Parts: sequence; C-alpha cells; structure tokens
Amino acid sequence: MAKLYSECPQKNDNLNPKEETVNFLLNYSKALSVIQCNKWKFEALLN
Amino acid sequence: MKHELITDAVLVSNYIKGDESALSELITKHKQKIYSFIYSKVYDRDITEDIFQDTFIKVIRTLRLGKYNEEGKFLPWVMRIAHNLVIDHFRKNNRMPKFSNTGEFSIFSVLSDSSLDAEKGMIKEQIESDLRRLIEELPEEQKAVLVMRMYNDMSFKEISEKTGVSINTALGRMRYALINLRKVIEEKNIILTN
Repeated sequence: MAKLYSECPQKNDNLNPKEETVNFLLNYSKALSVIQCNKWKFEALLN
Repeated sequence: MKHELITDAVLVSNYIKGDESALSELITKHKQKIYSFIYSKVYDRDITEDIFQDTFIKVIRTLRLGKYNEEGKFLPWVMRIAHNLVIDHFRKNNRMPKFSNTGEFSIFSVLSDSSLDAEKGMIKEQIESDLRRLIEELPEEQKAVLVMRMYNDMSFKEISEKTGVSINTALGRMRYALINLRKVIEEKNIILTN
C-alpha cells in the first residue's frame, strides 16, 4: 500500500535551543557593559 | 511552585548584581519551555532559534539596564517577550499560519501567496478600468475633484486651492460625484466587487 505522507508529523520532544545559541547569549551577556553617566545609561558591547 | 518563583527571583537578582552563572541557570531552567512555546507558533527550527535568541537578548538588556520590575514573575515575563517577538515576526512576513481542523496536514495551510492570483488580478484590473470609464462620464467639475482626492490623494484644502473654489464646494462636488457614480452603477447593474 502506498505510504501516506499526509499524516501529522510525529511530536518532537527534543525541543531545545542549539548549544551555540545559548553560548552566544552567555557571551553576549558577558560582553554587554552598561555605563552609567549621571542620569543616563549607555550600553556598550566590549568583545 | 513558590520555591521555583523565589529561586527565579534570586537568580535574577544575582544576575543583576553581576553573577553571570545565574543567567546560565535561568536559561537552562526555562529554555525548553520558551523554545517549545515559540516553535508551537512558528513551526520552523531556524526562526525559533532566532526568536529565542532575540528574546534573551531583550531579557539581558532589560535586566542589565535595571528596567526589570516584575520580580517573581520571570517566566511569564520572558514568555510575553517571546510572544511579542513571534507577533513581530508574523507582522514582518505578513502571514499567519492557518490550520484547517480536518486532522490532515495540508502544505497550503502553511504556505500562502499574498499576491493576487491571475484570476483575481484580472478581476481587479477589470473593476479598475470599469470604474475609470464611469468616472469619465461624470461632469467635468465633479470628475476633477474625485480624481484629485482619490487618485492624487490630495486634501480638500489643496483641492480648493487648486480649483479656486471653497472647501465646501469641493466637498459638495465630491459628494455629488459619489452619488452620481452610485446612481449609474445601480442603473446599469454594474458589479464592482471582487
């Protein structure tokens, strides 16, 4: 019998972000620097 | 549940104080929920990855700038950010996935073409040319106001300045132009809908 391709795809339980994405976020956080000057706050990315 | 809320609040507070490992813990703890939530809306791994990343960039910036004020509600707050970014994504792409409830998966429920198909395009052209012919039949003064307003997108003030009549007269001419158009359309049974 012909194979049916119209069935719902199987539920994928392994729904997690890639490791690179998580690492990027952690590195972004480390590189992000907030400089406060009087009332103002400036963001700077210091790699 | 309470324990979890307190832990999140503590982790957030530690992160704001400069503890980078707190962020790592927060991401590890909630990544699956947030990622699954985004994926359930966009059904695309790469887009999910992008939105997940943008969500946390927003989280990090807000926390670091000291703008976070929803202590104890970290996850709902992140979910809200993710939700808004999903909406932004669909707005940008000008399409929403629509799923029919038949139980069968149809590729056409996800793929859509926003441009008009050949038939609808022809109908639209036909309607526009019919309308242009009808406008040609209007008295000169009414036609001028209608064209300036509808096709040239001019305001009534600009129209009155250009034609040298008062705004009220221009408004009146527009009104009669529309009344006359409707009358002709009704009399001749012209259908001008797509």
